Amino acid sequence: MPKDHGIGASSLRREDVRFLTGDGRYTDDIDVPGQLYVHFLRSDVAHATIDGIDTSAAEGMPGVVRVFTGADFEAVGSIPCGWQITDRHGEVMQEPRHPVLAHGKVRHVGDPVCAVVAKTREQARDASEAIVLSLTDIPAVIDMKEAVKDGAPRVHDDLTSNLCFDWGFVEDNRDAVNQAIKDAAHVTTLELVNNRLVANPMEPRVAVGDYDKSTGEHTLYTTSQNPHMIRLLMGAFVLNIPEHKLRVIAPDVGGGFGTKIFHYAEEAFCTFAAKELKKPVKWTSTRSEAFMSDAHGRDHVTKIELALDADNNFTALRTETYANMGAYLSTFASATPTWLHGTLMAGNYKTPLVYVNVKAVFTNTVPVDAYRGAGRPEATFQLERVVDKAARELGVDPIALRRQNFVTEFPYATPVAVEYDTGDYNATMDKIEQIADLKGFPARRKESEARGKLRGLGINSYIEACGIAPSNLVGQLGARAGLYDAATVRVNATGSISVMVGAHSHGQGHETTFPQVIAEMIGIPEDQIDIVHGDTGRIPFGMGTYGSRSLAVCGSAMVRAAEKVIAKSKKIAAHLLEASDEDIELKDGKFTVAGTDREVAWGDVTLAAYVPHNYPLEDIEPGLEETAFYDPANFTYPAGAYAAEVEVDPETGHVTVERFAAADDFGNVINPMIVSGQVHGGIAQGIGQALLETCSYDENGQLVSASYMDYAMPRAKDLPMFSVDHSCQTPCTHNPLGVKGCGEAGAIGSPPTIVNAVIDALWSGGHEVGHVDMPLTPSRVWSAMQGARAAQGSANPSAREAAGQGGRSLGGGA
Amino acid sequence: MADVTMTVNGEEVSGTVEGRTLLVDYLRGPLRLTGTHVGCDTSQCGACVVHVNGAAVKACTMFAVEAEGCEVTTIEGMANADGSLNTIQQAFQDHHGLQCGFCTPGMVMSVAKLLEDNPKPSEHEIREYLEGNICRCTGYHNIVKAVLAASGQQMPAIAAE
Repeated sequence: MPKDHGIGASSLRREDVRFLTGDGRYTDDIDVPGQLYVHFLRSDVAHATIDGIDTSAAEGMPGVVRVFTGADFEAVGSIPCGWQITDRHGEVMQEPRHPVLAHGKVRHVGDPVCAVVAKTREQARDASEAIVLSLTDIPAVIDMKEAVKDGAPRVHDDLTSNLCFDWGFVEDNRDAVNQAIKDAAHVTTLELVNNRLVANPMEPRVAVGDYDKSTGEHTLYTTSQNPHMIRLLMGAFVLNIPEHKLRVIAPDVGGGFGTKIFHYAEEAFCTFAAKELKKPVKWTSTRSEAFMSDAHGRDHVTKIELALDADNNFTALRTETYANMGAYLSTFASATPTWLHGTLMAGNYKTPLVYVNVKAVFTNTVPVDAYRGAGRPEATFQLERVVDKAARELGVDPIALRRQNFVTEFPYATPVAVEYDTGDYNATMDKIEQIADLKGFPARRKESEARGKLRGLGINSYIEACGIAPSNLVGQLGARAGLYDAATVRVNATGSISVMVGAHSHGQGHETTFPQVIAEMIGIPEDQIDIVHGDTGRIPFGMGTYGSRSLAVCGSAMVRAAEKVIAKSKKIAAHLLEASDEDIELKDGKFTVAGTDREVAWGDVTLAAYVPHNYPLEDIEPGLEETAFYDPANFTYPAGAYAAEVEVDPETGHVTVERFAAADDFGNVINPMIVSGQVHGGIAQGIGQALLETCSYDENGQLVSASYMDYAMPRAKDLPMFSVDHSCQTPCTHNPLGVKGCGEAGAIGSPPTIVNAVIDALWSGGHEVGHVDMPLTPSRVWSAMQGARAAQGSANPSAREAAGQGGRSLGGGA
Repeated sequence: MADVTMTVNGEEVSGTVEGRTLLVDYLRGPLRLTGTHVGCDTSQCGACVVHVNGAAVKACTMFAVEAEGCEVTTIEGMANADGSLNTIQQAFQDHHGLQCGFCTPGMVMSVAKLLEDNPKPSEHEIREYLEGNICRCTGYHNIVKAVLAASGQQMPAIAAE
């Protein structure tokens, strides 16, 4: 019998009611009296010097209050990067200045040049069209391998080259890995592209800056996954506002997927301008702006080599990746292709030697940063593709090859610096064989073939690292912040509870799941507990939500705070019951004296804490509120196995996903319904990456996939029903809930599953294709079937690619 | 500027708008009906779907002045008279058919029209009908389940999980 409340129950989401009735309060729903509107005039070329800006006509337009340019921000700090990488030669990364408004040069299509503030949004937009920009085009660098050649145009004139860093990991393994590859019985090599994506949360970004001159306090309403981090980055590094004078509020946020982690120029602008103009200033991104100003994701070009001995044991792995940084370093840009990627290159396998080289490159494109999975999808994709290719080259079963090389004993220290605390990769593989009905595949393939279709089966196993991360460790690795989290459990006099959490919910359902944990611990109804999040003025501190960390890190802080509350409340109960603290038990909302029928209700104890007429005031303070900060001891390591069946139309190359199954090990699960939903969404984004989505630039750096007419978002008809399972559970050993994190798994595990399935389908039709780059559009698959090398992905200009995009536009990346 | 009068969620409203003011901006701005959302600027995402004289319309594709004299229903007008969730809304909650909630109002408005036209749609028909509503969170799985439930249909085996 499934539970109906507390940990393990599929409690319905309380936040749904407001979202379903139009009562949600998103940032664009917030209007501050007297607010002005800003419109950003953005560069429409990739690379140019700014020779002149004539704003005089614009300034005379109706409603215009002021036109800002880069010159207004000379005394303002640079938008900071939060992670400093030290390269394989011991040098720190090249870190260019990132101004709020472009100054001297524009460096990508979408780089903001002017900001027009007016009384209405329309007036601001109209006036921006009257600005005369004098730009002189400079050749743009778009292709990463071209960008690092001698003599390439430089994105930043004050840097020595376009190479941000050349990272080696683990550098001490380099020679041994090279030797092992030389000595191997078999080496499988694969070159591939992890296509550039745009996260595309359905709510575009919004910022509203407000300034109270009577108190000197700034307020920023913003679409952020981590308001405290924005307060820290913007206050300390950009605008020099002390934190006690800066409040950042992220109310209901309509999806994030990573792209709302980062501190953006528009937030700093609205905060700055509100003080300058003594009026609130609001910016609402259009979708077109979002495509050219939200940080993009992925965009890796990789060569991977897997060495095996004569018995098919993996002996070494070597990878070389070019990672696109875009024109500026976004907040986590440097961490994503390094520590969030290199440390996962061992995957589920006991490969003894691994070496990862990453060259991070500046190009005249939108900055690239973490997108759902952030480095881990890139690691999993290349590893699971090369393992599949190795199985095909060696003529062995891809599942058997994986199983043979699985890590089976835990804890397991990988050769890439991390220690997996727990897992059971054979269990999730067993589960996927069952729920995906792999035994039935041959019959289904026959049935497809009878209809003239090629059917393929793709398998994948993955591991990821969540719950980032031990602060002392990440500090050594270059992080410029700690990555703990915090929670305050405030018990009110009548027993209801407000929990202030540093995590931020933008679709994950924290308002429902976090109370389930407290309800379980105390034994009171979930509706007696509310979560407060998203407001630096109301919560003590917090590092926000990303990297599937909310429950593993902030949830742990909440548990620790609740434990303190329970310990104190037991002392109060002991006083009321005239018993010893140690004899008090809390269950079902009642304190009892062990072995007796004496009891006192939760609400009577909480009332005593606030109305301390009969209270041990000499021993404990009144009140019942506790805060805890929790710093994780390790990452958590969710893992699993996925299976997909696809059909390929041999006439057109069109791929359809016929079946998709996922068996994940997330450790303990608080709300199975919500966990399944997270996996569904991740799978959809992963299938989107594999089959539909790509962000394309032409050779001049023009962004050609900048709307939903050009960038192929997955629609309902592109996807099947999913079969998901999370019954294989090896609880995390180092956090109090035993949880691992489930937000990114689907997006990590699904792209290689789909590509493996398509390759399998092609082979079944006699097309011995080694690889096709994502997205596997009809023209790419069809070209591969004809023996043509598939066009490269987003790192290469789309203008070189074949035309022909099937039923609808596919973002130029056909 | 032009005067415009329409009935929104059963109440007559009037105002003065620019000719270029979109219906969605009129609803969200002067009328403060912020449940209707703007997710794109190319009429692709469907977050702004409302009903105009009974038709499901993307409120970013028509000007406010074009709604002169029309009956408009927004998400704020969809709950039962007592304020409780209607059948479709309740099915979305029961089947976890929403996560961040941003696409949800448009989704509910589209589904309401779908079920009016086709009371027992198949899974395939649901997916085809929702082509103009993009959700980035759910992968549509639970939206499809919610629509099947709202129309009183059995779940396919895989959807029952």
